[in-house]
Amino acid sequence: MALLNIRNLSVEFATGGGSFRAVDGVDVTVDGGEVLAIVGESGSGKSVSMLAAMGLLPWTATVTADELSFDGRDLRDLSASARRKVIGREISMIFQEPMSSLNPCFTVGFQIREALKQHLKLDSSARKKRALELMEMVGIPAPEKRLTAFPHQLSGGMNQRVMIAMAIACDPKLLIADEPTTALDVTIQAQILDLLTGLQRDTGMGLILITHDMGVVAETAHRVAVQYAGWKVEDQPVETLFDTPHHPYTAALLAALPERATERRLPTIPGVVPGQFDRPQGCLFSPRCAHADDLCRSTVPPVQSAALGRARCHYPLSVPAKEKVQ
Amino acid sequence: MLRFFISRLSTFFVTFVGVTLISFAFIRVIPGDPIIVMAGERGMSQERYEELTRQYGFDQPVLTQFWDYLTGVLQGDLGQSFVTKKPVWDEFFALFPATLELSLCAIILAIALGIPAGVIAAVNRGKFFDRALMSSALVGYSMPIFWWALLLIIVFSGNLGWTPVSGRMGLLYYFPTPTGFMLIDSLLSGQSGAFVSAVQHLILPTIVLATIPLAVIARQTRSAMLEVLSEDYIRTARAKGLKPWRINGLHALRNAMIPVITVIGLSVGTLLAGAILTETIFSWPGIGKWMVDSIFRRDYPVVQGGLLLVAVVVMIVNLIVDMLYGLINPRIRTRK
Ligand SMILES: Nc1ncnc2c1ncn2[C@@H]1O[C@H](COP(=O)(O)OP(=O)(O)O)[C@@H](O)[C@H]1O
Ligand code: SF4
Ligand SMILES: [Mg+2]
Repeated sequence: MALLNIRNLSVEFATGGGSFRAVDGVDVTVDGGEVLAIVGESGSGKSVSMLAAMGLLPWTATVTADELSFDGRDLRDLSASARRKVIGREISMIFQEPMSSLNPCFTVGFQIREALKQHLKLDSSARKKRALELMEMVGIPAPEKRLTAFPHQLSGGMNQRVMIAMAIACDPKLLIADEPTTALDVTIQAQILDLLTGLQRDTGMGLILITHDMGVVAETAHRVAVQYAGWKVEDQPVETLFDTPHHPYTAALLAALPERATERRLPTIPGVVPGQFDRPQGCLFSPRCAHADDLCRSTVPPVQSAALGRARCHYPLSVPAKEKVQ
Repeated sequence: MLRFFISRLSTFFVTFVGVTLISFAFIRVIPGDPIIVMAGERGMSQERYEELTRQYGFDQPVLTQFWDYLTGVLQGDLGQSFVTKKPVWDEFFALFPATLELSLCAIILAIALGIPAGVIAAVNRGKFFDRALMSSALVGYSMPIFWWALLLIIVFSGNLGWTPVSGRMGLLYYFPTPTGFMLIDSLLSGQSGAFVSAVQHLILPTIVLATIPLAVIARQTRSAMLEVLSEDYIRTARAKGLKPWRINGLHALRNAMIPVITVIGLSVGTLLAGAILTETIFSWPGIGKWMVDSIFRRDYPVVQGGLLLVAVVVMIVNLIVDMLYGLINPRIRTRK
């Protein structure tokens, strides 16, 4: 049984221009100890679907799902206080902007100890000790001194380490890292990723890594989910994804990799992800897809079998002719 | 920090001289000759008038008068009241505790109600409490103080008879006032009922004086909270599984307090202006009433000195606010 099990998740925002479906029928499963990468361009609903699982969306969002369970517990009908026992303790999350994700008015030590105080029965001196230990675990030099620093006194990379320390403070079973390195310098990015994957290996927690970076995916992930405009368009183990992408979007992402990931850069595909007001009919990728035909432009594509990477496409790629499903 | 302090001190000095000039000019712009006012209805002879004019130095050029006044002020001499012949300085300190007590009670009331109200409104944005609070804040903000005070007096003093109409203490009580704060002195006196009487006298003026700052603080707290609540670190606090009161009351409020402290500091000026009116309405024996009376009497030294001292009080409060600012905002405190 999967650790996190999300089936048919949809999120709709009430906006000034009507309601907008930012996530549409997405399935996410992660096992304990597994590293799932979620990739896709900006605006494809990666953050929103994870925030929905955490219950962190603003009130303008309506979340529906056929299943939304963690470790056998249904997250949908948890009371607010029961949810708080799971969120921050068993599932925790770190974000894209470390500088703004920490409260500027409190020291980083205070913010780490606060997470411990909320969930664990430790006395004040044990909390202090554990905070120091966590600062060491995430590789912050001179940790005693840094505990009394305010976020604005630390660099972005240091703040992200603090965020990680806070997130792993209560030994979570699952850590969701939402583009944890996008806002950081290239040299720091690799260090933070090494830290995350190292911690994941040492603790055996599940890790959902949202990223733009196919190079990172290749190095760290066990399985990859590709999202596009609120849809999950493909889901495959990492070993097969790079050789046989089944969805044209995945193929385009990989093709756009300069020299297939020797240089880390955002893949570029002509065109942009459709937003609230320019969603096409039929397949959402059709305006940018080299294989699009009239069927694509009129009819929403089905989800293919697991053998075809659950590709959401009328014409999945790399398919032996006899298997082709229409 | 030293540079900050020196720049503050020089601003302080420039403002001080400016206020001295303005207060000096202000009372002279108002028509009416102080010496004729002094004489009252009986009038006086031409010789006596000229003698008095010379005695008070009004025969000198205005610039000379100002120079004499300024040098006096810088040596700590604010002159004597034309009417009572007592030093302005002494009168001010005899009356200031009454104003301070009223103003402190008003600002404490405004903060104690305004901040929680603003927080609750922001957290319940768009719901009934929020709408009700924002409408009443608008009403409170635009309420004519004089009318509002009379309304309260009619209802609570007149119809219900709960509160006295004027003064600081019931006539039944008489005791020494070492601190000048009636709430404290009445307790020190040991006379039973004196404290209750002090509170009863304070309630209506406090409410009247607190109304506008309360509205301002509640609105500012609400808008600062709304801004802060959409910050990334609030999402982090929620992701940590913290309780709502801790997220709103600690993580959000601490940041929202930074702009709120500023408006509290600014409202001290408004508060002292409001105190003048409120004291007049409630016959509250503080500097507000003292200054209004001296304007009518054309008591030049009192008006000049009073305005100056009030301005100094406002400046000192603003200095304190600046320091609080640093205390609450580590980004300022830890700046090299
Ligand atoms: N609070 C919100 N209100 C309305 N629309 C939102 C909100 N948050 C995100 N969206 C929209 O949802 C879509 C998906 O956003 P997001 O999940 O952040 O994308 P990404 O894949 O880059 O993480 C975007 O089009 C974004 O504009
Ligand atoms: S359904 Fe058609 S347009 Fe959409 S990805 Fe597949 S081939 Fe392209
Ligand atoms: Mg995102």
